Amino acid sequence: MIDPAQILIDAVSVGGLYALTALGIGLIFSVMRLANFAHAELVTVAAYMLFAFSGSPVAVAILVAIAAAVLLALATERIAFRPLRGADSATLLISSFAVSMFLQKLLVFLVGSRPKALDPLPALSRTVSIGSLQVSALKLVTIVVCLTLLAALTAFLKWTRFGLQMRASAENFTMSRLLGVRANAVIAIAFGLSGLLAAVVAVLFAAQSGFVQPRFGVQIVIIAFVATVIGGLGNLFGAAVGGFFVGVVTILLQAFLPAELRPFREAFLFVIVIAILLFRPQGLFPARNLKERV
Amino acid sequence: MLRATDITVRFGGVRAIENVSMALQRTEILGLIGPNGAGKTTMVNVLSGFQQPHQGSVTLAGEKTGPLRADRLARSGVVRTFQAVRLFPGLTVSENLEVGLGSRGLGRAAARRRAAELLDYMGLAARAHMPGNALSYGEERRVGIARALALQPNFLLLDEPAAGLNIGEAEALGDLIRRIRADFGCGVLVIEHNMKLVMGLCERLHVLASGRTIAEGSPADVFRDTAFRSAYLGAEPA
Repeated sequence: MIDPAQILIDAVSVGGLYALTALGIGLIFSVMRLANFAHAELVTVAAYMLFAFSGSPVAVAILVAIAAAVLLALATERIAFRPLRGADSATLLISSFAVSMFLQKLLVFLVGSRPKALDPLPALSRTVSIGSLQVSALKLVTIVVCLTLLAALTAFLKWTRFGLQMRASAENFTMSRLLGVRANAVIAIAFGLSGLLAAVVAVLFAAQSGFVQPRFGVQIVIIAFVATVIGGLGNLFGAAVGGFFVGVVTILLQAFLPAELRPFREAFLFVIVIAILLFRPQGLFPARNLKERV
Repeated sequence: MLRATDITVRFGGVRAIENVSMALQRTEILGLIGPNGAGKTTMVNVLSGFQQPHQGSVTLAGEKTGPLRADRLARSGVVRTFQAVRLFPGLTVSENLEVGLGSRGLGRAAARRRAAELLDYMGLAARAHMPGNALSYGEERRVGIARALALQPNFLLLDEPAAGLNIGEAEALGDLIRRIRADFGCGVLVIEHNMKLVMGLCERLHVLASGRTIAEGSPADVFRDTAFRSAYLGAEPA
């Protein structure tokens, strides 16, 4: 017996993590056409910070994780991606692979490749009952945090000066520069925000999975990449929708696939992705002006 | 004064601009004319910092403008429009203006008020909250100019502002450009093919053909010039 409300909660909590990750990737892609695979290592490094500060109060550990991910995001931008500004998308993509691999191997070198157990949010490892439903507190918090961050990001983009400049840059970067928008500032803010989102995802995902290893972030970022592509690369709304979509499909497959096929859940997920892209090669919500040049 | 000195721009082996110098004063309306492919837009690209010249330099108030700093030039008052207006389609008309106002240091609330004033000035108040891609062609062009004005230009470079407008609209545009010069105190450079508009509007003309300067001076002088007549109007060489 599968309770539909239970499935919904699972789907939204998983989808929310994918959506936040997809947004972190989408923010960078929309302003500089960089599909940043190194986003995975922002998540991973934040999770290792939680591990390293697991003796400290939860709030301290989370703040350190956020600071580390934001600083790392800004550093990768400054050191690796800024010199390639304006380069071909393929060049940017490959360089983000290089950054990702470098950081991953650096982590193996520094902390080893064996998983480390951690429990960043011990207070949430219990269930709460809503009516007849037993729900994990962690899942509820995940949903609330994801929806709050989505709302905050939307408000930032809609109501603040830098948010507006970021939207303008996403539509036409050259034009926005000609209107005086500081390219470095907009891109740095995008990277900072993507670091923040990565750290939040790291906290929630580490609390769910209970351990961290050097490929911690890769698992979720690979799926989130699929979500951004389904949503339409360069479209933030599409990225969020794509994230939730992938979450829902994953949970539905988990719930309804015959038990012997469940280990191959991802294969079914990717078949669905391929089918969608066959009919909508630009994704569900194609970005405007993706190819336009002044 | 915005001054370009001995500018040369090449695309591959082709010289799009060769040894062209021009200056735009703070209060004048300068017409940049010439046949298609003469290099007019390239010259505006150079003046607005969008195209880096291979030789020569651009100075703003005597100071050399650095390489490829289109955003800084825009903030220091050198602002251009495009033949294709390129409004941000996903932003409202007001937001299109607020982007530039934000980069001149205004917060969102102040930017929204100033955008409303500018749209009112351009007779576009009713369009403020429409998406950028929902305007008529003529309206879109005026929003493009309003968006440039949002940057408080000292030098306004207009690339074919009257293209595609009918005679009445083009005349109204001429009046508008004169009013802008008076109200905003900026020098205006206009690329324009409509000779009637050019003659009525510009105090000085600069004529390019095949990337070189072939004539400059008052409209009356330029129109008497034989090089101009043969290159531009297709008259028999004398």
